[in-house]
Amino acid sequence: MTIPRGKIVAIMGGSGCGKTTILRLIGGQLRPQSGQVRVGGQSVPDLPPSGLYELRRRFGMLFQFGALFTDMSVFENIAFPMREHTSLPEELIRDLVLMKLQAVGLRGAAQLMPVELSGGMARRVALARAIALDPLLVLYDEPFAGLDPISLGVVGQLIRHLNDALSITSIVVTHDVYESLKIVDYLYFVSEGRIVASGTPEEVHASSDPFVRQFVDGAPDGPVPFHYPAPAYREEILSRDC
Amino acid sequence: MTAELAAGIAQWLRRLGATVTGAVSQLGFAARFLIAVLWHTPHAFRRIHLTLREIYFTGVLSLVIILMSGLFVGMVLSLQGYETLKRYGADEQLGILVALALVRELGPVISGLLFASRAGSAITAEIGLMKTTEQLAAMEMMAVDPLARVVAPRFWGGVISMPLLAALFSAAGIFGGYLVGVRLIGIDAGAFWGQMQAGVDVWPDVTNGIIKSVVFGAAVSLISVFEGYIAKPTAEGVASATTRTVVISSLAILALDFVMTAFMFRGANAA
Amino acid sequence: MNRAAIDLWVGIFVALGFGAILFLALKVGNLLTLDGTPGYRLEASFDNIGGLKLRAPVKAAGVVVGRVEGVQLDTKSYEAVVTLRIDREYQFSKDTIAAINTSGLLGEVYVALDAGGDTTMLKDGDQIAKTQSAIVIEKLISQFLFDKASSPDGGSFGGSEPAKAADKAAEGAKK
Repeated sequence: MTIPRGKIVAIMGGSGCGKTTILRLIGGQLRPQSGQVRVGGQSVPDLPPSGLYELRRRFGMLFQFGALFTDMSVFENIAFPMREHTSLPEELIRDLVLMKLQAVGLRGAAQLMPVELSGGMARRVALARAIALDPLLVLYDEPFAGLDPISLGVVGQLIRHLNDALSITSIVVTHDVYESLKIVDYLYFVSEGRIVASGTPEEVHASSDPFVRQFVDGAPDGPVPFHYPAPAYREEILSRDC
Repeated sequence: MTAELAAGIAQWLRRLGATVTGAVSQLGFAARFLIAVLWHTPHAFRRIHLTLREIYFTGVLSLVIILMSGLFVGMVLSLQGYETLKRYGADEQLGILVALALVRELGPVISGLLFASRAGSAITAEIGLMKTTEQLAAMEMMAVDPLARVVAPRFWGGVISMPLLAALFSAAGIFGGYLVGVRLIGIDAGAFWGQMQAGVDVWPDVTNGIIKSVVFGAAVSLISVFEGYIAKPTAEGVASATTRTVVISSLAILALDFVMTAFMFRGANAA
Repeated sequence: MNRAAIDLWVGIFVALGFGAILFLALKVGNLLTLDGTPGYRLEASFDNIGGLKLRAPVKAAGVVVGRVEGVQLDTKSYEAVVTLRIDREYQFSKDTIAAINTSGLLGEVYVALDAGGDTTMLKDGDQIAKTQSAIVIEKLISQFLFDKASSPDGGSFGGSEPAKAADKAAEGAKK
């Protein structure tokens, strides 16, 4: 899997096929059992702790459901990476935080606590936090999960605009076909730990690959089976054991 | 029949072995965890406001329950003690009885148990919940070590709070004992305080009590952060981790108390 | 909770905590009464120290003037050698008597110093010449019974016999 700089790439697949694992491999939270993970030419698993630290400072991650620090306000959540990794004065941090919040449309919510935010708002705050240090690479773990249609549109547009405006590279892990096809440059389809298909949105729309078709059309049965593996139906119903 | 029995016993033995090896490796993991937390101690004190915040949540917010419990325990000690001492005409010794019982044992132990159930369980739940909502993972990905930022301040907050709470418990208890003994029952105030001063020595009694509470604080804090950190990221996982913190902390306090008491006070009544 | 409020409350808490520790050390314990004041040492030998323990008080006229610092058995004379630590502000004459008393029937055992009239004072390391051992209740009782058994009418409990026997027992206990 190759992710070119400055592009948005989606990794799609059913639940449990390994999408989040890919993000964890890129972030160095997991080590690969075989193969390579290279970011900006460096091999991630071989980095010393200081190298990993440097690498992580250069990317941002948006976790599923936000993962905002619940004991801090919105402002402090976004200021967190700035305060931890830079020695910028408080006035400057304040301005930067407000700028990031403005970019996601939540400048007025700076003093709210995460519990007071709706799902969509929390996701946007988490997005602002992910880009707090102007990273080179942003990883999105299921950014569309559980959102209402308006928020879906907002988040999708934000991902696209921020990617272009800040010239960052984005990797979006999701299973929301509709939203992804609107904004991404390239897609990879993953099933049971392997890449089964890939292509641009146009190629995917027109694809005749059975897996891609099942995914895009949302068909219940196909290469990804409906039934969980079980013994033959007739035998199980008629047998005596539990 | 015997074949089945043998198989059953073998199965049971295998499970026992697995449990023991599991417990031992858990202990090893806990030891490594402790070393990692201690390693990040400088960070906890450089970002002192993090530790201060924890002292607030574990110490200041426990003040009410500690002072009230101390007061009641002291009052009961006085009541019960008086009944028994009166039989031997030694009711003037009430001051020493209350003071020694509190300063040497009840102060550190009971405040330790209260601390474990109030602050310890809160710490476990908080860390477990942070793990469940991926806040710890988010921190890691932002190149901030959760052990340094979340765990170490909570550990040291507990270690610092405990001896202060134990001393406050003992002080409140002695005051309660005074209220019941002198004001209620009518023992001479001079005898109460005088005998107490004569019988309670700073080195073996007060300082050993403080040492005990520091040890308890370290044990409870370590157990609570550890259980929170390794909790399963589900609702049941956090709940069972919280219960485990309270149970294991309480047992640890009582066991450590026995060991330390045997070590500290065996020589006190010699000669 | 903003930072200033937290700092304030933590400060109050720590101050209260240390206050409690000080209270325990000073009011409840005896920090100031002993370890601070400078003192000097005296030695006294007794036949029997009874229930005298380490850190037992040393009193003169009922006032605490020091503590028992050490108890040893002299293997040559088989006497108990007690080291007393006396506060520097109290001086005692060379002919002071050291006696081991019990405060009340069940009270604690302490060393009582009875000063004499000698003008020379005891210095650090001196020996107290005259001592009075502890009254051991068992010896008192057995003495009493022994006297009773060996008296001519061996059995009467009236009159001055018990008083005389008690006197003899007390004398026997005195060294």
